[in-house]
Amino acid sequence: MASKDGISKTLYDKLWEAHLVKAREDGSALIYIDRHIVHEVTSPQAFEGLRLAGRTPWRVDSIVATPDHNVPTSVTERASGVAGIEDPVSRIQVQTLDDNCDEFGILEFKINDQRQGIVHVIGPESGACLPGMTIVCGDSHTATNGALGALAHGIGTSEVEHVLATQCLVAKKMKNMLVRVDGKLGVGVTPKDVVLAIIAKIGTAGGTGYAIEFGGQVFRDMSMEGRMTVCNMAIEAGARAGMVAVDDITIDYVKGRTFAPNEAQWDEAVAYWKTLVTDEGAEFDQVVTLSGDEIEPQVSWGTSPEMVVPVGDTVPNPEGEADTTKRSGMARALAYMGLSAGQKITDIHLDRVFIGSCTNSRIEDIRAAAEVARGRKVADSIKEAMVVPGSGIVKAQAEAEGLDKVLVEAGFEWREPGCSMCLAMNADKLGNGEHCASTSNRNFEGRQGYGGRTHLVSPAMAAAAAIAGHFVDVRQWLK
Amino acid sequence: MKAFTQLSGIVAPMDRANVDTDMIIPKNFLKSIKRSGFGKNLFDELRYLDEGQPDQDCSGRPINPEFPLNFPRYQNAQILLARENFGCGSSREHAPWALDDYGFRCVIAPSFADIFYNNCFKNGLLPIELPSSALDSLFQALYDNEGFTLNIDLAAQTVTTPAGQVYTFEVDEFRKHCLLNGLDDIGLTLQEADAIREYEERVKAQRPWLFGATASK
Repeated sequence: MASKDGISKTLYDKLWEAHLVKAREDGSALIYIDRHIVHEVTSPQAFEGLRLAGRTPWRVDSIVATPDHNVPTSVTERASGVAGIEDPVSRIQVQTLDDNCDEFGILEFKINDQRQGIVHVIGPESGACLPGMTIVCGDSHTATNGALGALAHGIGTSEVEHVLATQCLVAKKMKNMLVRVDGKLGVGVTPKDVVLAIIAKIGTAGGTGYAIEFGGQVFRDMSMEGRMTVCNMAIEAGARAGMVAVDDITIDYVKGRTFAPNEAQWDEAVAYWKTLVTDEGAEFDQVVTLSGDEIEPQVSWGTSPEMVVPVGDTVPNPEGEADTTKRSGMARALAYMGLSAGQKITDIHLDRVFIGSCTNSRIEDIRAAAEVARGRKVADSIKEAMVVPGSGIVKAQAEAEGLDKVLVEAGFEWREPGCSMCLAMNADKLGNGEHCASTSNRNFEGRQGYGGRTHLVSPAMAAAAAIAGHFVDVRQWLK
Repeated sequence: MKAFTQLSGIVAPMDRANVDTDMIIPKNFLKSIKRSGFGKNLFDELRYLDEGQPDQDCSGRPINPEFPLNFPRYQNAQILLARENFGCGSSREHAPWALDDYGFRCVIAPSFADIFYNNCFKNGLLPIELPSSALDSLFQALYDNEGFTLNIDLAAQTVTTPAGQVYTFEVDEFRKHCLLNGLDDIGLTLQEADAIREYEERVKAQRPWLFGATASK
């Protein structure tokens, strides 16, 4: 949308214009892609397509690859690398990524390279993903990288092939949405609670067709890792891309990372990055506001990320919903989740706890979980509570801080990095009917295992739930 | 890519909102490195009563008799009627691959998730957005009439019922062009190779840090 004065632009407008190779007459555009992150699940068919057409990657140095979805997280299964992956189908997929990267000369952090990890963790961590970039990956949570002040979104496998072959995407400009959260978050209220509260407010399709900018004091005060958690779940609100304007927190985060601009280029880069903010007077197609002071720790009760309530609430009653499609969706969700309307959230019995995923597996998340776990014990009724760091580097950092010991002493399992039980493509999964407090991003039916029941929460809330055996308001423990 | 021009086909219902891509094709089937063969696992957790495994022969599995796609009247359906936010969640293109492999060529819903919508066009599958009120009428007609069919004309951008009711829909010009002609859009983009190289030269001068960093490590 054009701004009132015709000059002021949103952050998204600026990122779009800076990457416009060509605007076509039919309204579509060619957009240049700076960084392409590749993993094993959505790339094999793209590489195969490339080979069949006799093409090669346009710009190999734009690509960074790592296996994450399928990799085992148990120390023993991980010990012998790809060859040790017990599931033969997973092994072939990880091996295929290695083979494709080797064939085309693509930088890959292989399975037991310390730099390996979840795609959306390793991108910012290595400095491969930077402010001002266009970043794509065959994974919807690519929006995570928008925290850097970048235009980042997921693509399908055909587009993975398209970007490999042409360095571009055919795209249409999205609309601009501002989600502004003012005020200050209370103790024990985390970025995860903020984004869940946003999704509860606008719904899982509220952001469809939009690029969301997260603005307001809460995001200005938020760490980079917190911003990543929020942008990560933009897709759960329907928006392909979420982003936060560049500020000193962004620049401090990037400084010194492996692939960040070198000293000679640094000042020039910083000067450019500082322009990556929405101009005063720029107009958004839609503005949504929340008050940070009012946000409480959130827990999802249903099978869609919009089915979320504050921890002190009860499971809602479908009868109170006027819309018939929504009402039947709620009733179906309650049946799937084995819950009844009016049940207190804190009375939900839990079987497993998962702390990890591209949403919440960074060092601050591990610290938050360890802080709650310190000196406490996982409840006997919990079958398994696992902590899966987002990358080998996160794992090493946590171990250097002694967090692994705190967690293990409390009864948590400390695992090798990967996507793990967020989507249960490897051996980490829920049993039929089991309830899980999970720091991941999707509570869809069967997402964490056939018949599994997911409750989305923050790392602190997940750790507290593991210790209590049911949900508790973690704020009471952090006073 | 196969072209999509006109289609007259049997319609099947998926009468719930927020059908996510995990539901369309569960993750255990994403381990394949191929593009084909996902049809037998389309809506796997709804269609069968047991837990499916990759590469499994599904012919002997217990089917869920309450799931509409298992009803005799909806066999060989090519058009799927759905509700709001169809295809939300993951970017897995395995979702349109599974729909296509099963035999669907078109999904009609009040709204689609962006990535899924985009992925459909890459695979000769046409997603059509119609207003909720139109979907309500179409669902009713579908339930009332066994063997209900619809006629889809992409060039004219119309959906026509056997009773002669015509609904028009919007579609992006470029996507329509590619779908009507079955065009591979990589080939089309590569016709712009000079423009892409010019862009790169310009940006290399302005933002040199965007190039080469990962090549040297």
